[in-house]
Amino acid sequence: MTKWLEENTPKLVLAPSFIAVLIFVYGFIAWTAWVSFTRSRLLPRYDIEGLIQYERLFASPRWDTALNNLFVFGILFIVIAMVLGLVLAILLDQNIRTEGAIRTIYLYPMALSMIVTGTAWKWILNPGLGVEAMVRGWGFENFTFDWLVNPDMAIYTIVIAAIWQSSGFVMALFLAGLRSVDGEIIKAAQVDGIPTWRIYTAIIIPSMAPIFLSAFIVLSHLAIKSFDLVIALTGGGPGYATDLPATYMYAMAFSRGDIGQAASSAMIMMMVVFAIVVPYLYSELRSKDD
Amino acid sequence: MTDISMTSQQRQSQTGKIVLRWLLYIALGLFALFYLLPLFVMITTSLKSLDEIRTGDLIALPRDVTFDAWRTAWSGACTGIQCEGVRPYFWNSILIAIPAVAISTLLGAMNGYVVAQWKFRGANIIFSLMLFGCFIPFQVVLLPMARTLGIMGIAGTIPGLIFVHVIYGLGFTTLFFRNYYVSIPAELTKAAKVDGAGFFRIFWSIFLPLSLPIVVVTVIWQFTQIWNDFLFGVSFSQAGTQPVTVALNNIVNSTTGVKEYNVDMAAAIIAALPTLFVYVVAGKYFIRGLTAGSVKG
Amino acid sequence: MSPILDINNLYKSYGTTEILKDINVSIEPGDFLVLVGPSGCGKSTLLNCIAGLEPITGGSINIGGKDMTHVSPKDRDIAMVFQSYALYPTMTVAKNITFGMKVRGVDQATQDKKLAQVAAQLQIEPLLNRRPGQLSGGQRQRVAMGRALVRDPKLFLFDEPLSNLDAKLRVEMRTEIKALHQNLGASMVYVTHDQIEAMTLATKIVVMKGGVIQQIGSPAEIYNRPANLFVADFMGSPAMNLIPAKAHRAEEGTRIEITRKSGEPIVLTDTRNRDLPEDVILGVRPEDIADPDLRGADTTQAAECLIDIVEPAGADTFAVMQLGGKHVTARLHAETTAKPGQPKRLSFDLGKVSYFAPETGLRLN
Repeated sequence: MTKWLEENTPKLVLAPSFIAVLIFVYGFIAWTAWVSFTRSRLLPRYDIEGLIQYERLFASPRWDTALNNLFVFGILFIVIAMVLGLVLAILLDQNIRTEGAIRTIYLYPMALSMIVTGTAWKWILNPGLGVEAMVRGWGFENFTFDWLVNPDMAIYTIVIAAIWQSSGFVMALFLAGLRSVDGEIIKAAQVDGIPTWRIYTAIIIPSMAPIFLSAFIVLSHLAIKSFDLVIALTGGGPGYATDLPATYMYAMAFSRGDIGQAASSAMIMMMVVFAIVVPYLYSELRSKDD
Repeated sequence: MTDISMTSQQRQSQTGKIVLRWLLYIALGLFALFYLLPLFVMITTSLKSLDEIRTGDLIALPRDVTFDAWRTAWSGACTGIQCEGVRPYFWNSILIAIPAVAISTLLGAMNGYVVAQWKFRGANIIFSLMLFGCFIPFQVVLLPMARTLGIMGIAGTIPGLIFVHVIYGLGFTTLFFRNYYVSIPAELTKAAKVDGAGFFRIFWSIFLPLSLPIVVVTVIWQFTQIWNDFLFGVSFSQAGTQPVTVALNNIVNSTTGVKEYNVDMAAAIIAALPTLFVYVVAGKYFIRGLTAGSVKG
Repeated sequence: MSPILDINNLYKSYGTTEILKDINVSIEPGDFLVLVGPSGCGKSTLLNCIAGLEPITGGSINIGGKDMTHVSPKDRDIAMVFQSYALYPTMTVAKNITFGMKVRGVDQATQDKKLAQVAAQLQIEPLLNRRPGQLSGGQRQRVAMGRALVRDPKLFLFDEPLSNLDAKLRVEMRTEIKALHQNLGASMVYVTHDQIEAMTLATKIVVMKGGVIQQIGSPAEIYNRPANLFVADFMGSPAMNLIPAKAHRAEEGTRIEITRKSGEPIVLTDTRNRDLPEDVILGVRPEDIADPDLRGADTTQAAECLIDIVEPAGADTFAVMQLGGKHVTARLHAETTAKPGQPKRLSFDLGKVSYFAPETGLRLN
């Protein structure tokens, strides 16, 4: 008995967490998947009815807007945050004396809650008293900057705030990547008389491919999960103009009482995440097991 | 001597370098302004009176510094029908974060220790499954979790939120400790086994004393995640148990009365203070957690 | 005397890959057993199995006359020294050494007494309050030994304990381990990939390859009568010359014919070994090819050889030539007259040669 206990302690220690993950992650995913195939409304029902919820979902103009928004927001956010992060990292990589302080400034937004970020930008961007009013106060009477309340432009305010929050983090990732490039290769290139910008474009940046991949994964993951920022900045408005799948799902689940729609939209979100993350995780775990 | 011997070309490239250097610092400074401006605006706005906000400039310094907005935000602002400020919710967040951080860190340490040092058949699969849990969009578990919390009788309570945060934090805490313990040679565990120590003894006497850096990283990561959480907070709390992020959002979007921007900003700063404080004090560990969470290896 | 360690038909596999196949080893009290082989041969796995750190798939392990096959490491009455030393980084040297006793609930007075004894024996008293991070490689090695010695076990296990030291320190520590073994009269099992360490330390050597024991024997047996081509090639430095040759029965014994790049083949006559097949591989240690004028025995046969390279190495000079399509090394006297590019008459000591079958690699004589 003691012998058995001794041999199986590690398994027993891991078991509760494993069971918890099985139930609360995989079990719950299965539950949501199941419900997404039923006619559930206010209460869940368990008779499979096929793809009816998904048909409703893709017929809904609000979901259409949400998916479009995710597309626009996701691409702009990922591309700009990566470019900005890379530029900042390269600028900071030039033996800057105050590097520590500057890095701290660039990265602090990452420590804030998205709700705080949203609240701050909501105030800055509000046309009545924010940037627009300020610039008008400087004498440019015709200046307009009303993106926050303009249904066609509101999604871009979310892009701005999200980039402000996350680009410093991308910079930190890239900076770590730049520093991990083999110093001897760079020295060899310098000895060969290759100009600095060529060293970056031809040697350093190509060797950071894995970091680009990581940054892409993290940012796309952030984009798909974006919820707090939208709630705090625009509340999904004006109208449904800035709805994202995450806010759509929340609205269906908790204010509209439409569990079927909530479940099916959540499943779509998960499929999008999986399509991006699964190949990445798979290759990561494989290369590590070898 | 050097000046004389310098050719004009050299002198040119020298001045070119200095100009480039200046441009570099100007660029870095402008970016710093971009990142600092919102914080600056938040702070100045929170110190202005409503009148000054309406008449003044967004980025102007306050003419008369007043802490009224802070007082209101802390103990008088309205979140819907209640007007107690963010104070009770700030305490809720603390009551949620401390136990949730402690439990998830401890469990993560034990799990990581098992996965890294006591490998058994299937341990890697279990680890992969747990790791995978970090990446799901939480929307996919919201509905069943709401029902489960109800069945467990902890719906809308602080223990319920602690439970949720522990469960969905496990993947990351396990990952952190696993990656840290994997770099400790397996011979250490073997030596201790030959010395007669068992599973818990080895963890307690040998691994835990080595773990301070990773404990700090994990605690900071978990604290930031849990403190800043909004989705779980808004989905699984009720009036009275809401965390500070939810309360802040309610204050800002509250439709009753006049819009008090200075109070909004003060409340936002209060909600941000704990994580900002952690960031300033232990930024190094914060960054390490962020990068460890995204670049596994 | 009953054996202190007795391993019978031990098998070990991970999934479908067999790591150890049918291992049978037995040693007497006071023996110094060395497990030697190239990396990946299973020697460390075997040691871990003896320690109980790895479960085995089949067979049995007896230590001190007791069946320990399924006993956990702490109850096997063993002590182990690891390659990385595996000192507990957060504990002082003293705590490192006494940790095992503390875990077992030995009283403080006994702990102190044993600690003092071992510290004196290994001359590490000044280090007792330091942490492993503050010690040099050699000092860490001593502390790791101290942790094993304090146990006073039936069996000491060493897993490549010297491989992280620099060359000079390694030789010093090797001598110390040998002295320790002689003074304590303890039984030891020692894993190394270094055949010189194996030769100098062992009373008994097990040569392994691919999870299979190739040969068990005393250092002299292993060196002089290698059981197969692998052992012949692995043990000894420079390695044994393995020269393809033809054997023909003749009046006076067996004529051994070795082809050369140019000119007539070398013909040697072995008067002892008569029943050889036609194709053989002749194994000659470099020291058994010598200057005829400086050395000679009645079993030697001389032949003229074209020397390609001469490598003076202080006490000896190595001469390299081409025989039977192979580079053949001779260990000559430092004052040899051999010159590169010139022929030189060399004598082969056929009393000490080995013959191997080319197909199976097994020893023929």
